[in-house]
Amino acid sequence: MTRVSVGASTPTCLRLKDLLVAVPNKVLDPANALSLSFQAGQMWGVLGPNGVGKTSLLHTLATLLPQASGSIALNDQLVSKMPRSSLAQQLGIMFQEHQDGFPATVLETVMLGRFPHLSPWERETDQDLSLVLASLERLDLLAFQERPLRDLSGGERQRVALATLMAQSPSVWLVDEPTNHLDLRYQVEAMKVLAEQAATGRLVVMSLHDVNVATQWCSHVLLLYPDRPPIWGTAEALLTKDNLEPLYSQKLAVTALEGKPLFIPVA
Amino acid sequence: MADASRLLLARRQSIFLPLFILTLLSVCSLVFAVAQGSVSLSPYAVWQAFAGQGTELNQVLVLELRLPRVMAGFATGGLLAVSGALMQILLRNPLADPYVLGISGGASVAALTAILLGISGLLLSGMAFLGAVLSTILVFGLSSRLGNMATMRLLLTGVVIASGWGALITLMLALAPPYKIPGMLYWLMGDLSYASTPWLAWAVLLPTCLVLMPLGRSLNVLARGPLQAAALGVNVKVLERIVFLLASLLTAIAVTTAGSVGFVGLVIPHMLRMVLGNDQRLILPASALAGGCLVTLADTLARTVIAPEQLPVGVITALIGVPTFLYLLQRGRL
Repeated sequence: MTRVSVGASTPTCLRLKDLLVAVPNKVLDPANALSLSFQAGQMWGVLGPNGVGKTSLLHTLATLLPQASGSIALNDQLVSKMPRSSLAQQLGIMFQEHQDGFPATVLETVMLGRFPHLSPWERETDQDLSLVLASLERLDLLAFQERPLRDLSGGERQRVALATLMAQSPSVWLVDEPTNHLDLRYQVEAMKVLAEQAATGRLVVMSLHDVNVATQWCSHVLLLYPDRPPIWGTAEALLTKDNLEPLYSQKLAVTALEGKPLFIPVA
Repeated sequence: MADASRLLLARRQSIFLPLFILTLLSVCSLVFAVAQGSVSLSPYAVWQAFAGQGTELNQVLVLELRLPRVMAGFATGGLLAVSGALMQILLRNPLADPYVLGISGGASVAALTAILLGISGLLLSGMAFLGAVLSTILVFGLSSRLGNMATMRLLLTGVVIASGWGALITLMLALAPPYKIPGMLYWLMGDLSYASTPWLAWAVLLPTCLVLMPLGRSLNVLARGPLQAAALGVNVKVLERIVFLLASLLTAIAVTTAGSVGFVGLVIPHMLRMVLGNDQRLILPASALAGGCLVTLADTLARTVIAPEQLPVGVITALIGVPTFLYLLQRGRL
């Protein structure tokens, strides 16, 4: 039983080979197969128009959806062959939609992040609790810990979800639209949390709807086109007007801000 | 992290203290229930009877007449409350109760059939149990099409089958000879005078509580929704099936022992969650104890309030349950 995440000690690598994601209402096209390696320390942005399969890709990587074909390997181990409980110690996902489950408080919810690291008979230790409290503090939620989840706003729930993932402390972070519902301050704060994780040798893969968040924070991007094969590589090389206009079928104007491109849709 | 350790210690105590208090309450309510009746005894007289002293009459009264019924009542309450707590998690709905999926309906139809045929005693209980099992298999089979048990389909299947049983019960009451109707109504309201032996209920309640102990944390995660639970490493499909089958078994045994006693499975987990929080490791054993206390005390009232006549215990639990529930609803705590 691994009590502490191995994220920092062994460099993580999530390798996709000829992966085809089953996207609802879409015909599978072998040309869309993904063959790439996500490496520790990288911050990946998955970009594409609505319904192209960004969420489906993240759910497939987390084995919550069956893959149509190909393989996903985490540190040379096929994720489809790993027991769910040991996968959850190394790989965590934050959902875009927060399911309205049973009543629970913020502290109880974030504590569930420690679930994969404890055996059925174990109770949370001091170490688990201090990890949870640190996550709450990082997202300014300490004052909220006894509040019921359903009393929170959408943005506050988003921060609870991020704190839960922080408490889970996996070496692979899959994050679906991290800036959803958040005000400007917490959009930046959430991205800072993710960047800190990448800086400590973890892998972050997130879906984004805002190109300018990708230009500012991502080291790499994966562009999922509706009508042509996907492309992937460094953010610097791929985030150009020529690549992005066909991605969204939208005319863009581009300017520069502090050395980074800034894209603005034009009517 | 001195603060953290203190908080952790406080949380640990917060698990054991309530269970200790509820255990004490359970013992008190059991002794009280055994002491009350057509002849009231002092707690000391009850103790003497247990110790094999005191008058022979007291010993017969306590050990042979009252104790089996009181123990059956306690176990029934425990079974129903734990089953209600499990159903609420399974359906992610704090308003679910053990009967929502039609289990008591199946048991009732079978039991009424038995009464109509003039069957009584252990055979009646056996019929009720078979009816509950049949209803469970029906709901499970119809809702787990393609090996995938979606919560909404499970709920709808259960509700529809429950209303089907309801119609059958009405039909049987309408066609039954008048002299059989009071017995049938007593059974439908839940009545512990049918409880022939408490040991079956205890033999199911205790091991189930043991099985649920290591599952408590998984249930906490499942309460957040199946997707989140799967992402945190829970085998959702297997866990949901275990919970469904356990809850069904508990309800079937409870209904077999005492008929369909209402509101225990709904009200007890609720009140406990309001006071003790949402940790299933605490809520499940606490439900067993608190449910046991409620039915024990309700049945004591049912036996004594218009003695020597008796009321069905279900009437008392409904009289307590309905206003409590409405009060909680008004306070917006649901």
